[in-house]
Amino acid sequence: MDERVAIVDYGVGNIFNIQRAFDSAGAKTFITGDRKKILEAPRLLLPGVGAFEAGMRHLDESGLTDVVREFARTGKPVLGICLGMQLLMTRSHENGVREGLGLIGGEVLPLKITGSLKVPQIGWNSLRAPNGANGGGDPWRGTLLSGIDVSSEMYFIHSYYAAPEVPSERVAMTEYGDNLFCSVVKKGNITGCQFHPERSSEWGLKLLKNFAFDEVN
Amino acid sequence: MNRPVRVIPRLDIKGPNLVKGIQLEGNRVLGVAEQFSDIYYAEGADELIYQDVVASLYMRNSLLDVVQRTAKQIFIPLTVAGGIRSIDDIRALLRAGADKVAINTAAVENPKLLSEAAKVFGSQCIVASIEAYGHNGKYQVWVDYGRQVVDMDAIEWAKRVVDLGVGEILLTSIDREGTGRGYDLNLIEKVAAHVSVPVIACGGAGREEDFIKAVKQGAADAVSAASVFHYNYMKPVSAHTMTFNDARLRMGEPIDSGNIEFLKDGYGGFKDIMTDRLSIPAVKQAMRNAGIAVRGTRGMDHQNG
Repeated sequence: MDERVAIVDYGVGNIFNIQRAFDSAGAKTFITGDRKKILEAPRLLLPGVGAFEAGMRHLDESGLTDVVREFARTGKPVLGICLGMQLLMTRSHENGVREGLGLIGGEVLPLKITGSLKVPQIGWNSLRAPNGANGGGDPWRGTLLSGIDVSSEMYFIHSYYAAPEVPSERVAMTEYGDNLFCSVVKKGNITGCQFHPERSSEWGLKLLKNFAFDEVN
Repeated sequence: MNRPVRVIPRLDIKGPNLVKGIQLEGNRVLGVAEQFSDIYYAEGADELIYQDVVASLYMRNSLLDVVQRTAKQIFIPLTVAGGIRSIDDIRALLRAGADKVAINTAAVENPKLLSEAAKVFGSQCIVASIEAYGHNGKYQVWVDYGRQVVDMDAIEWAKRVVDLGVGEILLTSIDREGTGRGYDLNLIEKVAAHVSVPVIACGGAGREEDFIKAVKQGAADAVSAASVFHYNYMKPVSAHTMTFNDARLRMGEPIDSGNIEFLKDGYGGFKDIMTDRLSIPAVKQAMRNAGIAVRGTRGMDHQNG
């Protein structure tokens, strides 16, 4: 098959803009909620906007919760965007505690509001390598951020963030008010990004291209 | 402040055309909408706003085609406003490529629409559009694209829409709109400093310093402008391309493509333009010089590093 990415359709979010962005990056995609088609795909994209509980409920009702887990176990690349990133985690604390897909260990927590900070965070914010690791070369080699400038800006729109337990799984961090949160997580074949690459202009398209064509080195 | 303030061109749209008026009146056609959105994307706009100027009046939604064509070309967020009355309207616009929808008239008539929409689609894509007219130190809410006043205080309404679950407020001052006299800093501050969600200031930008004041004095989280950008980037086009004699509305009326006199023979002329003509990079540079964080003017540069 020509299609490089299966975009999981479980009834939430604007998945068409993700598809249009892949189109622009030259990558054919297909939108599906079919178990077999998902498992046969070379890569899987988990989109999502809105509340965590609703996202998990829609995944459950579409019978896709275990399909996503099964796909992740095959070792083929998975990318979760925004809520899709948060769903990868162990659990969320949005409106009570709710279990997630449990593919990456960690919690989903609310952005702390201090001073005049506005939540949701809506707008462009910069990525940075964790621990300021910036000793020459590309700190993001081997990840989907490969070739993307350190301190490049991406478009965020969220009130919660994922906090992966294992520090080495935090590929990029972002600062918002007193929050320093993980904006890109990577565990083996599974990557999540809190921002919307499909709305993040050239750098966002670069990330999607990296994902679709395995351009990570 | 470590969060960049967004600079957002606002495109008022009539049929397929970009139009611009003064105080939401006397709209003149400036060109085709997507031509401008392509330029704004390339120039480093942080988002775009599309406002359908007739939808609310005639209950029609001709915007879907324009939105769809735009979404294929630009990869920054697009907020669409005008004539949105139902959950189905919102769904159709999101499918066409809008990232957020801004609702004014229908929310004033039925505030529950905002909470329902936030529940179905998430707060992050529901924007309350508030159009206010300043009068004797009070701010009244207007609906139907500045045609109808309602007995509501804009600042009270702003607090209420946040409780109803919107993720953002688009705040337009009608009396400043198109005049280039500067944003209504008092109005912006009264809303932006007292609600928990981001506020986009709109209406009145005419000079570089207006953008800076909106952030520093008005506490705006984003600044939107139309004339300063449109008149800077507009190119001479044949007026003939702006007429749509064949196109018809559902009820069989010809589409009114708008007042093309300005394009045809420069009616009013550029002396009639009440704002400076500014590029997006120039506005961002001025803001940066004033100590305001803004995103690099192009996605691929990193001036903001």
